[in-house]
Amino acid sequence: MSRVYEVMFIVRPDVVDEELDKLIAGFESTVTTGGGVVKSTEKMGRRKLAYLVRKFADGNYVLLTIEADGALVAELERRLRVSEPVIKFITVRTDEEEKRIAKIKAIRATKKKVSAEVAPAAPAPVAAPVAPAVEAAPAVEAAEPAQASA
Amino acid sequence: MAEETQSKAPETGAAPAASQQGGPGGSERGPRPGGRPGAGGPGGRGKFFRRKKVCKFCTEKIDAIPYRDVRLLQGFVAERGKIVPRRLTGVCTTHQRRLTRAIKQARNIALLPFATKH
Repeated sequence: MSRVYEVMFIVRPDVVDEELDKLIAGFESTVTTGGGVVKSTEKMGRRKLAYLVRKFADGNYVLLTIEADGALVAELERRLRVSEPVIKFITVRTDEEEKRIAKIKAIRATKKKVSAEVAPAAPAPVAAPVAPAVEAAPAVEAAEPAQASA
Repeated sequence: MAEETQSKAPETGAAPAASQQGGPGGSERGPRPGGRPGAGGPGGRGKFFRRKKVCKFCTEKIDAIPYRDVRLLQGFVAERGKIVPRRLTGVCTTHQRRLTRAIKQARNIALLPFATKH
């Protein structure tokens, strides 16, 4: 069961592009040799920092999305901490969040399908006892107008 | 201090940022299906829920509040960098908590400042 993490780190602005690429490649290889998968790498470019970090006012942001287990992430963080050009980093675990979002989207998809089926039959049984097949959607719809009129 | 609490009380009734005639005036005149925003917000049904402001995330069905989205977060951060309380922005509790978490993460990675001086 691999967990998905987002690692964002800032590299000092006075490194050359090639050095930056080498650095990123080094971290990627750390992940892959440790048994993880690098899902994506994104160089977010040079940005102005919101406050001075080690006397730098801007830096190169890099975002790595990886799939790894906890021990590997600890190792990666250790390397980031030790690495001199990296001035800040943050690791965020995202798999639980993704699961939650996917669940919500799935529920929304089923709700939409249900209401699409009910729509043709809706005009007739407005106040009449609701068809037993679909209870959730019409109940909610009936509750709202009832609430508004009350 | 007493004056402060008194002046704050009427403010909490109505959103101070939006134009209004005052709390009581707004709730009478506004659409009585203030249950509509109730459905979008925390699902509150009480008559005393005269909060016209709705949770932006609930209505727009924004699921995730990523720390990377600085523009979204900046709408909920004051000038000096402080996080705006939810009674001013109308955000619901769950989203306010997620928002706070995202803002603090963004602060840590220097996307948002901790504090700015005027």
